[in-house]
Amino acid sequence: MNYEDRTAESLKLEEHNYSVKRRFLAMYMKAHAGHIGSSLSCAEILVLLRFAWMSEKDKFILSKGHAAAALYSVLAEDNVLSSQEIDTYYEDGTRLPALPPVNAFEQIPFATGSLGHGLGLSAGMALGARLNGESNHCFCVTSDGELDEGSTWEAALFIAHRKLTNLVWLIDRNRIQGIGRTEEVIGLEPLDAKLRAFGFHVISADGHSFSSLLAARDECNGVLSTQSRPVVIIANTIKGNGISYMHDTVDSHYLPMDDAQYALALGELARTHEAAVRGYQNAN
Amino acid sequence: MRTEFAQAMIALIEKRSELVFITGDLGYMALEAVAKRFGERFINAGVAEQNAVSIAAGLARVGHLPWVYSTAPFTVLRPYEQIRDDVCLHRLPVKLVGNGGGYGFGIMGATHHALEDVGAMRALPNMRIYVPLTALDVPAVVDRMAADPKPNYLRLNFPAKIPGEVPQFAAWRRLKQGANCIVIGMGPVLQNLYDMGVQELLDELEIWSVGMFPIEDIPVELAASIREKRRVVIMEEHYSACGLGEALSHLFLSRGVIPESFTSLHALGYPSGRYGSQRWHQEESGLVGQALISRLEMILHG
Repeated sequence: MNYEDRTAESLKLEEHNYSVKRRFLAMYMKAHAGHIGSSLSCAEILVLLRFAWMSEKDKFILSKGHAAAALYSVLAEDNVLSSQEIDTYYEDGTRLPALPPVNAFEQIPFATGSLGHGLGLSAGMALGARLNGESNHCFCVTSDGELDEGSTWEAALFIAHRKLTNLVWLIDRNRIQGIGRTEEVIGLEPLDAKLRAFGFHVISADGHSFSSLLAARDECNGVLSTQSRPVVIIANTIKGNGISYMHDTVDSHYLPMDDAQYALALGELARTHEAAVRGYQNAN
Repeated sequence: MRTEFAQAMIALIEKRSELVFITGDLGYMALEAVAKRFGERFINAGVAEQNAVSIAAGLARVGHLPWVYSTAPFTVLRPYEQIRDDVCLHRLPVKLVGNGGGYGFGIMGATHHALEDVGAMRALPNMRIYVPLTALDVPAVVDRMAADPKPNYLRLNFPAKIPGEVPQFAAWRRLKQGANCIVIGMGPVLQNLYDMGVQELLDELEIWSVGMFPIEDIPVELAASIREKRRVVIMEEHYSACGLGEALSHLFLSRGVIPESFTSLHALGYPSGRYGSQRWHQEESGLVGQALISRLEMILHG
């Protein structure tokens, strides 16, 4: 894909992104719920996958289940979930709990959120597709915090050994985990070298720029069609991205918004969106 | 039973092409023929049981019928959360197979024994557990598991040799009639009753074998027999906690089938802190030989 096409596609994705973020901010506000920073960290990745990469038959696992609100919002954006269903988020009796539900929607194959499960589950589905002779792909988004889990590396060994090139692993690399920064808690760097040593083709991207994410997608597809190495995309992101008081903070994982913070968030989101649109238009 | 299990798997794939066999890098001198017959559907996942179970759940989600094989503690305890979250909560037909239930791995020591495997699996939602008794049970159990849409755990051990005709595998089987006391057990440890060499004592025992959990009902004949003989002994190569005895005591109470005495013979762990063969550990727990005879004599004759 050439540069102009990518810019046009970025504009389209940015519109979805703005809508997705407004929806999940409203959900968090109504529910008085936390994990907002988690969703703001991976929103663009999920929008890219849903609206510019995955086909109907592809599978997706959000291993970092804490960002379920972003996933629900993306599914609503794609008319899989109704606005009535979205309104039940966090309510008693809902099918939309804080982390993904069990066996409720075909588009959510597993209840995730206990960290370190998603990559192995994705590998199983990718292996299953290969054994079935199917050409579909499985996409898995993990956090960086869950790279502390041994099971994630068990899965990485397996994927590389089996050369599961129908699986794409995306790491939401926001450098913040439970109660601290990844490099201060259990250092992951040099992460790209580690993954390369495991046998992955490693692509780094700006996880908040659609231009960068689309370039990563194109490189990934190129590698998967010509090489027998699996691909991992390290999407460099910021926890609480786009909202000044949440930006790059541990607090943004936990704290809900009050009325003033919500108003501030919506205002900043609108300005960020307008700037992004202008940026993509100018690039054209 | 692993030889019979391997043969049963080879027979099963002739009927069920969606089988996938995953081993946690175990099965030397047992699974070679399975590997050959299954081809690309035989997956050695390496010494990585958590991933093996997640892989199996992923495979089951897209229509395969995965079996995960390892030594019992590594099958059920290391990947416990994967079994709960990925398999059981989603009610996926993943078939877990633990070789060497109880003290089956004998002198290998405590890390290789599984004295809480059935209890651990009993606690999980949607899980059904199969405990075969004889070699002939194994293919029957494998067929049942293949037809069972639920998650399953299969506890393998050295097969029992029970004299006389043993009924086909079932959740409940009466192995023999007896005059004074009912023994209810799970798995091959029941053979120890027949090996006591004291015919008069054996004659007094009515013996039942439990082969599946959850235990859903009490056979009418058993309930009648308990009301008549009033003495029940539980026999299991498993800790008392969450084992057969606890399951049955709950069931008996809830159904109003109340024996006069209810004694549990079960694995005691490592009371002396020393190690030995499977039989040696059973002896320490009073599950075989003179220790078993003495305990039964005490229950029967005071």
